[in-house]
Amino acid sequence: MTTIKTVAPIRPWRPTKRDYTLQIAIIIGSLVASYLLVANTGFEGRLSLVIFFGFFAVVALAILSGLRRGKEAAKDAVMAGAAYTGIFALLLPVVSMLWTVISRGTAAIYDGFFTTDMSQDPFSSPLDAGGIKHALIGTLWLIAIALIISVPLGILTALYLTEIKGPGSALIRFLVQAMSGIPSIVAGLFIYSALISGTGRGFSGFMGALALSILMIPTVARTAEEVLKLVPAEYREAGLALGATQWKTVALVVIPAAKSGLVTAVILGVARIAGETAPLLFTTGGADNTNLNPLDGNMGTIPFYIWKALIDGSPEAASRAWAGIFILMLAVLSLFALARFLSRASIVK
Amino acid sequence: MVRKAKDVTIAELERPHSAPTPRTLESKPRPSDRVFRAIVGVGGFSSLTILGLIAGYLFFRGYSILRSESLSFITGYEWVSSINSDGSEGAQPSTYGVGAMLIGTLVTAVIALVIGVPVSVFAALYLTFFAPQRVKKILVTVVDLMAAFPSILFGLWGLYVLMEPGMYVAELLNKYLGWIPIFAVPVPVFLRSPFIAGLVLAVMIIPIVTAISREIFAQTPLDRIQAAYALGASKWAMIKNVAFPYSYSGVVGGAMLGLGRAMGETVAVFTVLNILYQANFKILLGAGGNLASHIILKFGEASEEEIKALMAAGFVLFLMTLAVNMIANVIVSKTGRRGR
Repeated sequence: MTTIKTVAPIRPWRPTKRDYTLQIAIIIGSLVASYLLVANTGFEGRLSLVIFFGFFAVVALAILSGLRRGKEAAKDAVMAGAAYTGIFALLLPVVSMLWTVISRGTAAIYDGFFTTDMSQDPFSSPLDAGGIKHALIGTLWLIAIALIISVPLGILTALYLTEIKGPGSALIRFLVQAMSGIPSIVAGLFIYSALISGTGRGFSGFMGALALSILMIPTVARTAEEVLKLVPAEYREAGLALGATQWKTVALVVIPAAKSGLVTAVILGVARIAGETAPLLFTTGGADNTNLNPLDGNMGTIPFYIWKALIDGSPEAASRAWAGIFILMLAVLSLFALARFLSRASIVK
Repeated sequence: MVRKAKDVTIAELERPHSAPTPRTLESKPRPSDRVFRAIVGVGGFSSLTILGLIAGYLFFRGYSILRSESLSFITGYEWVSSINSDGSEGAQPSTYGVGAMLIGTLVTAVIALVIGVPVSVFAALYLTFFAPQRVKKILVTVVDLMAAFPSILFGLWGLYVLMEPGMYVAELLNKYLGWIPIFAVPVPVFLRSPFIAGLVLAVMIIPIVTAISREIFAQTPLDRIQAAYALGASKWAMIKNVAFPYSYSGVVGGAMLGLGRAMGETVAVFTVLNILYQANFKILLGAGGNLASHIILKFGEASEEEIKALMAAGFVLFLMTLAVNMIANVIVSKTGRRGR
């Protein structure tokens, strides 16, 4: 009887125990070195600690791989370090912003925060009075009106680009892209110059909604176009083969197939405009009292509320600004989560 | 089993049968479709109409100022409005020139690009070539989310959180690189400087530049990547010799989209920068502004005539950002198409 010797598979690309030990040693070494450097020189702060730690770790890893595998490996290690630094530098502000919003945003929120407005209290008054009822109502009005205007226009634009493919499609696609990059202040300035200045009409929520629509249309149109492109051509052909007219095919086949994606497009559009501030400064007037009529009179909104608190400058006003941004971020984050959830449910089964 | 052929009589075969009447096929759309196409067409051209209206109205309202100032509206370094509140002309003649603010716009946007683009490119490299699949999915969502952060959040965060470390870095820059004219300051105060505004703008453009760079990097043809690895290239050698040459122009386009966003940003710049009407190249000195923040600053108490000048300034801003965006989009879409 012969015994068969099995050979354990080797994986030469896997790091060995020695590699792991070296890596851990490098990490500990750079931690100690960066701590010593920050403790003994003029540098200060946690951030410089992190920066020096990263620097030492990358240098040590580069030297190590340079000694073992040559110059190219050293370069590779440095560049890998740069890539990790890049993603770290991207995430640092995100985490910092979210953390600041959460940690500072709740100070001004009390029982009556959502049920009172600022008509009785200045922004510098103590934090147990005044609230954002007026701003909440205003923002909801503005979003509702902007939805009514820009959802049809945005989706019609997308339909023109995907279903009709009529003359000028390339031009329109190009312009929609360019339009999504115009500064928000220009939208506000345009509404002011066209509809408010010199016409005798004053600021109102409706004007603000018009300005926001300009910013929302390209977002909705671009996302909706992407979604409609995903509907297979067979669906349209099947509709036409059954004798349906084009509009029936679009209304009864294409749009239902792309429904959740279109809703995602609308949600992303709302997330885009919910926090816009600059256009509102030219159009809504930013009232402190509750105004239920979007067609007449100044109207407060959450971004404008934050803006006023920011201009005021007192510590209480700063707390109010953070509370406002807290509410705004809650809205943006939940809209975003909703959009993710809907787009994960696949568009066409 | 063999089937028998049916007996067919001659008479049956010869019986004349009526030919079916031919169906008429129309390529002309039906009335309902024509209505549908008309409605969609009108909606489809809405963006064209809106862009035209914006350009038209801002030009129309600012025309008198643009005409009287002509070129010096762009090159002039003075913004003096001397109309009194009762409508009478003040002692000094009014002059409107946005030159200083154009310089401020460029200075802050360039700082943003210098800081933001390297970070974005390396972050995009990490996302494309280094990140494990699961981490990548989460981080891509984070980048998308960051792009949706409202600009006033960046302003608040810049003012209350970034200002302090920003000033610390500015101090270091001034201490060690102060001999370079742009890092010099007359007095060692680093509060609310264009440098800090540039930092905030850099954070604002990072998501868009990262997202576009990542998309471009991801389109690098896989066979070329694998060919490079098969030839023994390290990861960096592959990136340098395959990914970069392939995606260079697309990344430039992404950076230009970032530039467009940085040039038009209003609220964040207004919040962190000490807006003063002067051409300031000393980036650590707390004075300056950009065109958009200047418009916001002057809008509050502007006279009829100054409003017109602000409209003209808005027109200039609109044209600038539109041009930058259009060029950027052309570059990005050309790069994107090349690989497939």
